[in-house]
Amino acid sequence: MAKVLSSIGNWVNERAPNMMPMYRKHMTEYYAPKNFNFWYYFGSLAIVVLVNQILTGIFLTMFYKAGAATAFDSVEYIMRDVQWGWLIRYMHEVGASMFFIVVYLHMFRGLMYGSYKKPRELVWLLGMLIFLVLMAEGFMGYVLPWGNMSFWGAKVIISLFGAVPYIGDTLVQWIMGDFNPADATLNRFFALHVIALPLVLLLLVVLHIAALHEVGSNNPDGVEIKKKKDANGIPLDGIPFHPYYTVKDLFGVGFFLILCAFIIFFQPALGGWFLENDNFIPANNLVTPADIKPVWYFTPFYGILRMIPSKGLGVLALAASIAVLFLVPWLDRGAVKSIRYRGRGYKIALFSFVVVFVLLGAIGAGKTTEWIPQLFGAKADVTFIENLFGRALTLVYFGFFAFLWAYTYFGLEKTKPVPERVTTHE
Amino acid sequence: MANDVVDHGRRRFLTATTAVVGGAGALCAAIPFIKSWEPSARAMNAGAPVLADISKVEAGQRLAIEWRGQPVWIINRTKALLDTLPLANDGLKDPKSEVDQQPKFAQNAARSLKPEWFVVVGICTHLGCSPAFVPDIKPEPFDPEWKGGFFCPCHKSRYDIAGRVFKGVPAPANLVVPPYKFIDDRHIMIGVNPEGAA
Repeated sequence: MAKVLSSIGNWVNERAPNMMPMYRKHMTEYYAPKNFNFWYYFGSLAIVVLVNQILTGIFLTMFYKAGAATAFDSVEYIMRDVQWGWLIRYMHEVGASMFFIVVYLHMFRGLMYGSYKKPRELVWLLGMLIFLVLMAEGFMGYVLPWGNMSFWGAKVIISLFGAVPYIGDTLVQWIMGDFNPADATLNRFFALHVIALPLVLLLLVVLHIAALHEVGSNNPDGVEIKKKKDANGIPLDGIPFHPYYTVKDLFGVGFFLILCAFIIFFQPALGGWFLENDNFIPANNLVTPADIKPVWYFTPFYGILRMIPSKGLGVLALAASIAVLFLVPWLDRGAVKSIRYRGRGYKIALFSFVVVFVLLGAIGAGKTTEWIPQLFGAKADVTFIENLFGRALTLVYFGFFAFLWAYTYFGLEKTKPVPERVTTHE
Repeated sequence: MANDVVDHGRRRFLTATTAVVGGAGALCAAIPFIKSWEPSARAMNAGAPVLADISKVEAGQRLAIEWRGQPVWIINRTKALLDTLPLANDGLKDPKSEVDQQPKFAQNAARSLKPEWFVVVGICTHLGCSPAFVPDIKPEPFDPEWKGGFFCPCHKSRYDIAGRVFKGVPAPANLVVPPYKFIDDRHIMIGVNPEGAA
């Protein structure tokens, strides 16, 4: 048996001599810093979720029928009649939200340890492109069940393009292929969701990892391990990705899947956060849901949009709130990467940014309209207080980036000395 | 072909012209794909503008027509009804029509192009019922100080005569005003904005 296997191996190697070196380059001889911590789970977890989305997605397309007249019923068919269909759908639906949780934490890790800084700018840019495609995937996927929130969410989000000067209305009709979100809209979103965007997403993920492996991984200390190598040219603080980090990541995957299973089995809609109540009603262009709001992962950006009184400026602010993230590698001029050795100003700014991001999410989800009467009494002017609060938060959101630039450009940051090697190198 | 000398100028020229011609071809090839996303002939037919003859609609009367599967009402408002519009402002959710429920041209006190002619989609913004048109300014069982307007029998939502929703009712927003324009004094086209307006 072993002989047969090795002869097959040799046969392949003779015809594709680059395959084993490729495997070694990215797995057994990819030297990653030995001090990875908790925050380094989320890259591999994102891949796990991506695989889950593709696998469950393929099976959902076997039963789902795109089309305004058939979509909602086919989803109910999956939920009630298809053997284990409910589980496959909930894995896909919970997976979508878990994808964003994992990606947001992954991005936060990047901000915390300066993983976007030279020479890893390209890794960050490709990651941001993945985030953009993921948002498009999430949005279009949410439209497919053709529930009432699918319909109205699609209507609100597509109508944002109406803010584009001159061609706005034409653009909206072009995207919808009708005068309202309709059969044509649903079918093209289906095509984009299951074919076009996943292909782009996979390509970007490959490029993201390839770009990372060119320059090597950053680490919680933000030191370049490639600067100190042993006699064989292997970084002193590096360990082979496989088996060390594959095993570590598997441990993370195990814990993560337990969490996912808990949500899938006990709280698949997570109290309306992962699946909104209005989406259990079929789409109806005559009935507007009481409050139209996007799924949780869009709410911080939606909050910014809502706080700007003019539609045009609101859409501009929404686009800017995402675009500015692309610029982070060039806004931050500081030489020190990791938050461990950065100035107190950066620590406070990053902490405030996270708090503001969450609070903007609460506004975008309509939570503040519930909280304000509880906090300030039933007679409080909800709109006024919410606008005041939300606009201040929007200022802080953009202020973070302005601060990051000014703080590092004018040399206001008092950094601590960065060690020569990672701090746990013994 | 023992020509060792490379003519770089010629090579650059050929590369550039090939790229330009190929690029132009790619752009042209993109047209059918881009155009395929526009509303199809079927969608255009189903959503075509509708012409309404308003010459026989007396003051205080309503004409109902269908546009894109929705009832559209054309109402000839009397002077008395228009005079009620400023009175209710305090009791309205959105008195200045700030929520995007009408074309820009109708974002005014009467929510219309010509104050007397009110064009509105006759569907309650709450759960899609069709509200009743109650134009008489007289006490009604649902409101002793009724000034004329629309009353939805399903869940008691009330709107004034410009389709603006009152506070304290389930409907979240004002009635929708569709795009429309006057062809002449006797005809309204529903589904298109007036020239130069959005």
